[in-house]
Amino acid sequence: MTVLNDEQKALRDAVRELAQDKIAPRAAEIDASGEFPRDIVALLAQHDILALPFPVEYGGLGTDMISTLVVIEEISRVDASCGLIPAVQELGSLPLLHGGTEEQKRRWVPDLASGKILSAFALTEAGAGSDAASARTNAKRDGEAWIINGEKRFISQGDVADIVAVFAVTDTSPDAVKAHRHMTCFYVEKGTPGYTSPRVEHKMGIRGSTTAELAFADAKVSDANRVGEVGDGWALAMKTFERSRPGIGAQAVGIAQGATDVAVKYASERKQFGKPIGAHQMIGAMLADMATRTEAARQLLWAAAEHIEASDAHAARWASMCKLFAGDTAMAVTTDAVQVLGGYGYTTEYPVERMMRDAKITQLYEGTQQIQRLIIARDLLASL
Amino acid sequence: MNIVVLLKAVPVVGTERLDGSFLTDRSVQLEANGNDEYLLEKALKLTEAHGGETITLTVGPAGSMEPIRKALAMGAARAVHVADDALRGSDMRATLDVLTAALKKMQPWDLVFAGADTSDGQGGVLGAALSVTLGLPYLSYASEIEPTDGGGVRIHRINPTGYDILEAPTPAVVMGTQLLGAPRYPSLRGIMQARSKPVETWSLADLGTATAAVGAGAATTKTLDAAKPPERAGATFVREAPDEAVVKVVEFLAARRLI
Repeated sequence: MTVLNDEQKALRDAVRELAQDKIAPRAAEIDASGEFPRDIVALLAQHDILALPFPVEYGGLGTDMISTLVVIEEISRVDASCGLIPAVQELGSLPLLHGGTEEQKRRWVPDLASGKILSAFALTEAGAGSDAASARTNAKRDGEAWIINGEKRFISQGDVADIVAVFAVTDTSPDAVKAHRHMTCFYVEKGTPGYTSPRVEHKMGIRGSTTAELAFADAKVSDANRVGEVGDGWALAMKTFERSRPGIGAQAVGIAQGATDVAVKYASERKQFGKPIGAHQMIGAMLADMATRTEAARQLLWAAAEHIEASDAHAARWASMCKLFAGDTAMAVTTDAVQVLGGYGYTTEYPVERMMRDAKITQLYEGTQQIQRLIIARDLLASL
Repeated sequence: MNIVVLLKAVPVVGTERLDGSFLTDRSVQLEANGNDEYLLEKALKLTEAHGGETITLTVGPAGSMEPIRKALAMGAARAVHVADDALRGSDMRATLDVLTAALKKMQPWDLVFAGADTSDGQGGVLGAALSVTLGLPYLSYASEIEPTDGGGVRIHRINPTGYDILEAPTPAVVMGTQLLGAPRYPSLRGIMQARSKPVETWSLADLGTATAAVGAGAATTKTLDAAKPPERAGATFVREAPDEAVVKVVEFLAARRLI
């Protein structure tokens, strides 16, 4: 497992060209405005990029996991906010793909694959971040419907999503909580009375990807929108993370590669003391480390994808390891890229300061780096 | 309407290099010749609108498969690839003979599309020469191509003041320009479907062409030497804010009596 097959290479090259030509020129503007780039969503939909991970029978391309990761990497290489669009589309759809009925899949997946509708994933709350199981948003049965009350926070693309996978507490009994059977997943559609997105966050990075607060005030959702059995929510969320964490790993590898690209080019053109700065050993060594770490993160990511796709018993550990390593790599490499560019790197004249701001989120979301280490350590000890 | 597009696989622009015999090194990564992709795009638009198939024809080494797959991913129905070790070093005459034989074998078709020239050869004569060997009408420098009601073809031929309108019966050979419109990006669905589209690979024997008639040995011209163009002076960067930059650019041009 070190190289891509011909089809994966062809997909990568096509997306690389598209990203360079159509997304890279928009990146600085998207970052400055902080507006969700609807034009890029349309572009990704037009080129079937959003369709990648969805099964062929529902209008998707049904590609393997590595293909999806390579595509997220190539987009993130020029713009991490845009790279998140296909990642979030998959994230928000995974509970449906894992736990949905045939009827539910027929209802939503074709529109998700074509990009006609966008999805989001809502688990986190203001008081329930790393300890997501302590969420308070709840759903109570009301005949053939459910009444949802509560708030979700830090929901990527929550305000623009047409359907949101909302995880709500349906059983507060200590036994259910202890067995992680206390939550249920509901797909809440935009326009549902009582469901609103009151505000979005002002963020340091990935400014083109909106991060929303969602509010539910007696929001009534049909039982037909419940995905999975009552009490399956937590298991569905955890199963989702096995697939979505590598997506963030791919975003991180893309950011790191993008920053390395800029630094190498700059170091070959910028002259000080009579030669290109890359020819000075201290800068050359930084470039070498940046490239090596980025490639190592990519290889771990692809190895993780193979293990996860093969339903490895340690899939969760692999997902955490690749996200952990890639996130830390992105942060270190982008910081060094700014260093290589010196004062220029600190300005908006070059994209590395944006990449450095964007990199930080990959150490925070989809579980902080500390949570990843916790998962890895627990799995190691449990394997004894 | 069936259209054959001549698609040459050329070294990625900017990476071209010569081998020891001053021949273009084709062992490097190859891409579709830029001009040819504009004709491919037009052919795809025409067959999408009026029916029929777009078929690509490539003469070149094994490395040509990547640009051929891309053409299939963009929407070509199938491809013909003439590949034979004996072809290495062929001059334009031999290439013309091979293309003529391949096009005859591919009949029936209605139109052959050729780009204005190639980024590595720049001969720019193959389209015209093919119309002679095939005995067909030749329409050149097209900025627009459309079918006529009578089953012919009509083009806009660019001229110094605008364009001429020309018509010819089919089959015919059309040489087109970049004014036809920019080539599309292949969609990912197209890339995945391209894997199962047919690519016929023909050798010289399949075409009935003698190996002695092609390749470097049969070339009627020989490159004796090659030299790089002299290096140009370094560029001057203007990094100031627009207001100041305008002044600097004007000063720069004025100092050289360019304005």
